[in-house]
Amino acid sequence: MARDMSDKEILKMELEQLKKEVNTARTPVGPNCADTIAFVEGLLPNDPLIKGVSDDKNPYKGDKGGCIVT
Amino acid sequence: MCDQTFMAATFGPCDSCGKTGPLMNIYIKNEPVNYCSFCVEVMAYRGLQKGETLETLRQESDTLKKKLEEERGKLNDVELHQVAEKIEVVGALSIKTRRVLKGHGNKVLCMDWCKDKRRLVSSSQDGKVIVWDGFTLNKENGVSLPCTWVMACAYAPSGCAVALGDGLDNKCSVIPLSLDKNENLATKKKSVAMHTNYVSGCTFTSSDMQILTSSGDGSCALWDVESGQLLQSFHGHTADVLSLDLSPSETGNTFVSGGCDKKSCVWDMRSGQNIQTFENHESDINCVKYYPSGDAFASASDDATCRLYDLRADREVAIYQKDSIIFGASSVDFSLSGRLLFAGYNDYSINVWDVLKVTRVSILFGHENRISRVCVSPDGTALCSASWDHTLRIWA
Repeated sequence: MARDMSDKEILKMELEQLKKEVNTARTPVGPNCADTIAFVEGLLPNDPLIKGVSDDKNPYKGDKGGCIVT
Repeated sequence: MCDQTFMAATFGPCDSCGKTGPLMNIYIKNEPVNYCSFCVEVMAYRGLQKGETLETLRQESDTLKKKLEEERGKLNDVELHQVAEKIEVVGALSIKTRRVLKGHGNKVLCMDWCKDKRRLVSSSQDGKVIVWDGFTLNKENGVSLPCTWVMACAYAPSGCAVALGDGLDNKCSVIPLSLDKNENLATKKKSVAMHTNYVSGCTFTSSDMQILTSSGDGSCALWDVESGQLLQSFHGHTADVLSLDLSPSETGNTFVSGGCDKKSCVWDMRSGQNIQTFENHESDINCVKYYPSGDAFASASDDATCRLYDLRADREVAIYQKDSIIFGASSVDFSLSGRLLFAGYNDYSINVWDVLKVTRVSILFGHENRISRVCVSPDGTALCSASWDHTLRIWA
């Protein structure tokens, strides 16, 4: 646990981790962003919060029971 | 080097080299020893070397961090919002408060949706955990717990149980839900996880059988619900871990965590290894959430920004911030398509960001105190927000 470790041990742990991470496989940002955009565009028409849902289908938009004053 | 002149109270064989001579009475790690002056000098020199090691470690760490930044920078060929320039702007949103869930007597600290898309569980500082029906506002189950700090709650995938993370007794427990309203559910509470500090987050994995927890003791852990056994522990954070989220992809066995050390880490659940670390925030990370595609995640921090990290590019790709937003962000969630990012802030509002264009689309007002959690329903039809004003709101 981090709280029980001395500064030296924490630094050693971080150093070990950094050594591993410098060598991780990475791909350029451009294609990844394009992928993300394609993913979003694919799902966008079905996103209820963006496209909205017609009142009769949306369980939350229903009339919560109004009062009729006579 | 010349010997120092000193008052020799003892004369005899040195504890270190054995030579007979005047000895200095010194303490090493609270143990009294008698060393001759030469050995004292040698020891002082070695002590210095130990100090240098700490320094060299730090320097090595800094050089590696710079190298990591360079490697990541090489692949930063274009910005996310530049690639997104050509896509259509999101139209005006018609999101409003549709339900206000009242019933808690104190700050609502956490909530989670059930997979049936209508029920949700919420936990509060008054020690109560309530299961609501979101459509009818019916309170289906209520549990009163002796502890007053249920910081985390999660619905089981089957919908038959809830997990609760305790801030005071440092445990994560599972309570099976029953249809019988008269049953006292608190008696059926079963302790699963044991940490040495508060449990800040908990979630079920793909089944009801395993729970992942994050804790103020700086670690995350995977537990077997039935036996309470620790299956895997994850060490790497250097301060309290405040949040975690499981990868949505079916093949993925990873989760992301964020904490007070300003770092967010991606972990492999099977090996316990820390795969990637990101240190861009300037303050505590309050919440982390995976992107619906599983290839990215967002984090919300006390530095008033939310950031998006792409896991394949291994870097931060967007910062959602505005000069007018100065309060910390406490929670984030994505809409179904991943186009919108809902972020709850300590200034009582929820900002809706366009993830791709990196602009703010809308602000949702209504709560009268800090937002502690925002969560989009499993089918994306509604957003639920929990707040310190004792209520939850459902927006659709």
